[in-house]
Amino acid sequence: MGGQSAGQICADQHDFALWEKRVDALMVLCSGAGFFTVDGLRRALEDMGEEAFNTMTYYERWIAAINQNLVETGAYTLEELGQRMDEIAARGPTYAAAQKEAAQENPDTNGPSHA
Amino acid sequence: MPHDHHDHDHPHDHDGLSPSGHPYRADNDAPLSYWQRMEIAVRELMIEKGHLTADQVSAQIDTMDARSPANGAAVVARAWVDPDFRARLLDDAGAASREMGFDIGPLHLIAVENTAQVHNLIVCTLCSCYPRNLLGLPPDWYKTREYRARAVREPRAVLREFGLDLPDSTTIRVHDSTADMRYIVLPARPSGTDGMTEAALAALVTRDSMVGTGLPRQP
Repeated sequence: MGGQSAGQICADQHDFALWEKRVDALMVLCSGAGFFTVDGLRRALEDMGEEAFNTMTYYERWIAAINQNLVETGAYTLEELGQRMDEIAARGPTYAAAQKEAAQENPDTNGPSHA
Repeated sequence: MPHDHHDHDHPHDHDGLSPSGHPYRADNDAPLSYWQRMEIAVRELMIEKGHLTADQVSAQIDTMDARSPANGAAVVARAWVDPDFRARLLDDAGAASREMGFDIGPLHLIAVENTAQVHNLIVCTLCSCYPRNLLGLPPDWYKTREYRARAVREPRAVLREFGLDLPDSTTIRVHDSTADMRYIVLPARPSGTDGMTEAALAALVTRDSMVGTGLPRQP
């Protein structure tokens, strides 16, 4: 990456989508809670290889790195993740529709106020 | 490995750019992507297992949204008017920023000073390490492959693209940020600003002048 040749720098700027801000928040909170270090995240990012840097967006790489570190730490299992992602896919076709409903069986743990 | 999956359905091509040459942006009404599902799943699992709360996530986003380059500008303006503070800033930028009430977190923050002979430029060649506690989230261009690759290869050409054509006699120092070491540029105080208040000076300090891709505004 650093030192390679590359094209003109795109100066466009956009606001971050909610899911991107949440990835950022997860990164800060999970590292603050000791689940991983920033070094751990960077190791995961580097392990992805050049392909990921060409095909994935910035926060896509970050959530992949966060997830990898959390699974390695044992915060949850890959099986739990896969099962949950399948459930989420069944909830609805868009990011907004796929959020957990506020009145589901776990009233203590749902309802992100930024939905 | 999560990134072995290729069933996310972003319409982007190999460069991640739209036909008009702009990066695609994720939005809330686009079809739910693989990685968005992962974000939801990770967040829900972490909350359900008691590792995080939903309120923490919301509060963190609010904190993030509240940060802006005005924080860094206040630090720079203080350094311009207070030589003792400037010395402390160059000695330990984190401690000096905390003096002003800015939470820098555990990372090391290093201020690099522009002078008549030296211009400093900040990059993170691997990802996007950035003095976000003082400047907010990094601009998109800071995270682009183009900026990260070229800032260390041809910084003068990069600076020209930002409208900064420095003479060959100016030494350019490029600082590559690391996971726990961030840089902020202390730009040179513009001429013609004698007698200006600290607040008026802070208004001259742009985000880009603290990254090194720009200079402060002239009064």
